[in-house]
Amino acid sequence: MRAVADEAKLLLVGIPVLLWTMLPIYHLFLFSISPKDSAFAGRLWPDHPTLRNFEFVFGQKHYYLSHFWQQIWNSLLIAVAVGALTLFVATAAAFAISRLRVKGGRLIMNLSLFTYFIPAAFLAVPMYKTMGNYGLLNSQWALILAMVTIAAPYSIWVLKQASDKLPYELDEAAMMDGATPLQLFRLVYLPLMTPSLVAVGTYALLLAWNEYLYAFLLLSKDTDITLAVALGNFLAADDSPWELLMTTGLIYALPPAAIYYAFKRYMVGGLTAGAVKS
Amino acid sequence: MSTSTLALREAHTVVPSGAATGRLSPWQVWGLILIAPYVLVFLVFVLYPVGYGLWLARHPSSYVKLYEDPIFARSVVNTLVFLIVGINFKMIVALLLSGFFVQARAWIKWLSMLFILPWAVPSIPTILSFRFMLNPEWGVINSLIFRLTGDDGPNWLNDPTLALLLAILVHIWKSLPFWTLILIAGRLAIPGELYEAASVDGASPLQKFRFITWPSMQTLYLTCTILSMIWTLGDFNSVYLLTGGGPADLTHVLATLGIRYLRLDEVDMSVAAIVCALPLVLPLVYFMMKRLSK
Repeated sequence: MRAVADEAKLLLVGIPVLLWTMLPIYHLFLFSISPKDSAFAGRLWPDHPTLRNFEFVFGQKHYYLSHFWQQIWNSLLIAVAVGALTLFVATAAAFAISRLRVKGGRLIMNLSLFTYFIPAAFLAVPMYKTMGNYGLLNSQWALILAMVTIAAPYSIWVLKQASDKLPYELDEAAMMDGATPLQLFRLVYLPLMTPSLVAVGTYALLLAWNEYLYAFLLLSKDTDITLAVALGNFLAADDSPWELLMTTGLIYALPPAAIYYAFKRYMVGGLTAGAVKS
Repeated sequence: MSTSTLALREAHTVVPSGAATGRLSPWQVWGLILIAPYVLVFLVFVLYPVGYGLWLARHPSSYVKLYEDPIFARSVVNTLVFLIVGINFKMIVALLLSGFFVQARAWIKWLSMLFILPWAVPSIPTILSFRFMLNPEWGVINSLIFRLTGDDGPNWLNDPTLALLLAILVHIWKSLPFWTLILIAGRLAIPGELYEAASVDGASPLQKFRFITWPSMQTLYLTCTILSMIWTLGDFNSVYLLTGGGPADLTHVLATLGIRYLRLDEVDMSVAAIVCALPLVLPLVYFMMKRLSK
């Protein structure tokens, strides 16, 4: 009897949590499978579910969607470039600071942490002006470099934390065998750091794929923008085809959700340890 | 870390410093080469922009103009409401929910997988979904209100107070899972024996929270709150994509206000607004730096 009452109390929390979490996501999904005229009826399930919206999006059969494939390709390209570049910059820096104990490493670490705590929207305005000065505005490089700048500090921090935990006897042994720093990096450091590298690469990739503000400031041509900016542009118009906008949004949201669940093991450990060290 | 412990650590390091020979050892040379890419990124894309931004914000006249702009004052108030009301509410809910999610039940495990979704998906599609739900004419919420009561529902996003509260709600929807996850990790780190011993002594659930859970979690909770405040100051999407700063620019926060001035080509106002936010940001950043570089 006691157990039943406990279970009921838990359900009393669980059901509202489930509804609260799923409501906007289900709404998104519902729109994407509803025919145009019944999308607004406010039903829980459409009378005639259809995949017609997906056909429209994938076939680019609407004015707003005329560059859909180009834009999803841009999103992908930029995300992969940011992931790879961040991984390169952060791994090298963390190795230099943590294993090689480079002079000034602590200062660099603190400066990078400081950057991590500048709210991204505050850095956006100076970044926009700076990219103008560098002549990079409207080039995808501007967005890639800006996102690497934003993703690198946290990545360096996570990698340094993980690297500090590796025993120094390893370096010692490698040195005894006459290993050069680069061999130590390649043969000892990289293999041992793989889980953290996966976490950091995924973090940077998702950050870039999801980014709206910087993409919307730094890119403008219809064939250059990412899918995120295209979705935002949809909104500016009064005659937006909602069901197509929601379908595109669902397609845009699926890859990061899938990647998150696939790499959850790496992400959760790294992020919880990384975001808050108490 | 104090200087003495730092020196102690240096002494233990196996890497030869090269200082004795007066030249850099190959280890230091490689260290400098490997750290160079990040230093370059920092100089070109952080130091220069920040310096340039401060230089653009040097005219006192921009601050006078800003002070006279009623939208600025409103944005400051909105930002404070967002931080003080929104974040504290969110963190309290996250603290309570973390207690729910640590219960060992199979269905709660499944629920926690779904619960993380808002944080795992990009914000634009879901914020747009919220926005369409709230549409006064054909949104699902007002359709329901009409069907249940026969009356028209409120024009949600046209009322500045309501619109700001909804933006806060959207922000909470998006980031609650992340903070709950962190606090779950904090709760799981508390040794179970403490609770068992308290049960033996006949402690009530409230007493267990008061004397075991809270003392172990209060530092973590405070850190989370501060970090969440910093990140929320930079939350552009929740406000911009839901209300666009409207109606009549009454729901702007500092993050969207800077961009609004930029779009109006008033760069000096834009950077000045950000400089005005610094007294709010820097103490929080200082606190976090102290905690993390320990």
